[in-house]
Amino acid sequence: MTSVGRLPWPGLWLMLALLMVGAVYLLAGLGPRADVVLPLRATRLAGMVVLGVAIAVATVLFQTVSRNRILTPQIMGVDALYILLQTGLVLVLGPVGFATLPVAGKFTLELVVMVLAALALFGTLLGRGSQDVARMILTGVILGILLRSLANLIARLMDPNAFAVVQAESVVSLTRLDAGLLPFAAGVTGLAAGLAVWLAPRLDVAALGRETAVALGLRHDGLVMLALALVAVLVAVATALVGPLTFLGLIVVALARPLAGSARHLPLLITASVLAVLMLVAGQLVFERVQRLQSALPAVLEGAGGVAFLWLLLKGRIR
Amino acid sequence: MIAVSDVHHHIGQAQILRDITLTLPVGKITALIGPNGAGKSTLLSLVARLTPLQQGQITVAGLDVQRAPSRELARTMAILPQNAAVFSRLRVRELVAFGRWPHHQGRPGPQDAAKVAAALHDMGLDDLSHRFLDQLSGGQRQRAHLAMALAQDTPWLLLDEPLAALDMAHARALMQTLARLRDSGKSIVMVLHEVNYAAAWADHVVALKAGRVLAHGTPETVFAPDVLGALYDTRLRVIRQDGRPLVLHHL
Repeated sequence: MTSVGRLPWPGLWLMLALLMVGAVYLLAGLGPRADVVLPLRATRLAGMVVLGVAIAVATVLFQTVSRNRILTPQIMGVDALYILLQTGLVLVLGPVGFATLPVAGKFTLELVVMVLAALALFGTLLGRGSQDVARMILTGVILGILLRSLANLIARLMDPNAFAVVQAESVVSLTRLDAGLLPFAAGVTGLAAGLAVWLAPRLDVAALGRETAVALGLRHDGLVMLALALVAVLVAVATALVGPLTFLGLIVVALARPLAGSARHLPLLITASVLAVLMLVAGQLVFERVQRLQSALPAVLEGAGGVAFLWLLLKGRIR
Repeated sequence: MIAVSDVHHHIGQAQILRDITLTLPVGKITALIGPNGAGKSTLLSLVARLTPLQQGQITVAGLDVQRAPSRELARTMAILPQNAAVFSRLRVRELVAFGRWPHHQGRPGPQDAAKVAAALHDMGLDDLSHRFLDQLSGGQRQRAHLAMALAQDTPWLLLDEPLAALDMAHARALMQTLARLRDSGKSIVMVLHEVNYAAAWADHVVALKAGRVLAHGTPETVFAPDVLGALYDTRLRVIRQDGRPLVLHHL
């Protein structure tokens, strides 16, 4: 595969395609109220960029530290952890208290709790079970079910108003992008993605396996903990923006691996991020403008991702 | 030298190593031998700091393996783990190039490329260097991982069962390569199951049984019939072939 510097050609083509689709999404059919429509579209486009980057980077990092190409943070229940946290906040503060929390403070608190909880849960799981992949996946899936069931149980104990708030937080929708949250989400995602890019050469070494990485002088366990913290932050951002998306990361990274033209993490992170944003924007363009549907894209992406997951699994393409 | 002092190790209730104190010489091939479960791989793993030390102290060339910086240790000893498996889909040359990581930390130079080429050549991988690892046999993959350890170009080389997947020709070629490295001043420590490779090529032998050092010294000392009989709890004969011990244990 030909490459220019460190950027592979498919990555450049994907970027060009993204620029074109993004321009069409922003500017096509603006109509007479461009002053109103354009900022709305720009906000949604920025949200999809943040969402795509967050999901792609989180999935690449998680697959590397778990040494498994079937897993995504969402399959292992990281987003369920976020939903449980939201549910707990609604239970403690009530729907009004929850709704009136300052966005920045609430988001920062959620990120801190997510990082600590994810390190405790998944750090232990990956540390003890990573030699036995089947056991690790099973434990992760059960953990995800447990966290979702706990959130459900707590939600059922609430009054109907609080329950409605929790339900709204748990449903995936690209149209519910919170403009107030977006600047924080973009800042956090930018920092986390930048850190992931900086870590890329070390992640290449980590992918050789713990023993080989340690033999080569990498502080492997510290890197795994840092990567898990980044995963927790990025999944929290993605889930806060649109709700839990289980399979988007899987399909994006599975498609990005051959397109990246290298096993190195730098081209993979870039290709997966661009591909994720491209799929979101192009999909939203089709559903919003052509089909006139507002909330069908997440369902289609999840459905297609689920089918792709089974296909890749049965074909033995991911392991 | 490698100095192991008062090392104990347990996994759960099972005591794997008990009171291990020994020194491994510089510029020699040292073989760790013993029956299954003797603690050979655990001892090597502790020396290589792949397993955290529970009790005692280990130094390699004066560096405490628990406290010395990782990068400095990686420039001092290269390790071939027992089950080296790679997550990424890499070509042989890419894998071997990772051996230079402790030296360049992601920014390779011309000297690194030369070391990689030499390691590929030493392991007979010139023709396979552009193949993906998942397109190789088990023995070829083992040679690729060995080449990565050689490319690391460290004074110490720690190998856990390096002959496990190799055929006779490649096993012999590897031992010749290791002997050449020893002659150039490198020190090699290896876990060996086949005692005759230790008898034929090692300068120093450590015999472990049930987590203890049963004997150590030159092959002539350790390969005495009574020592080997007690080590493996089996009948065997030791003859001499070309001035070296040869163990007959198949009869």
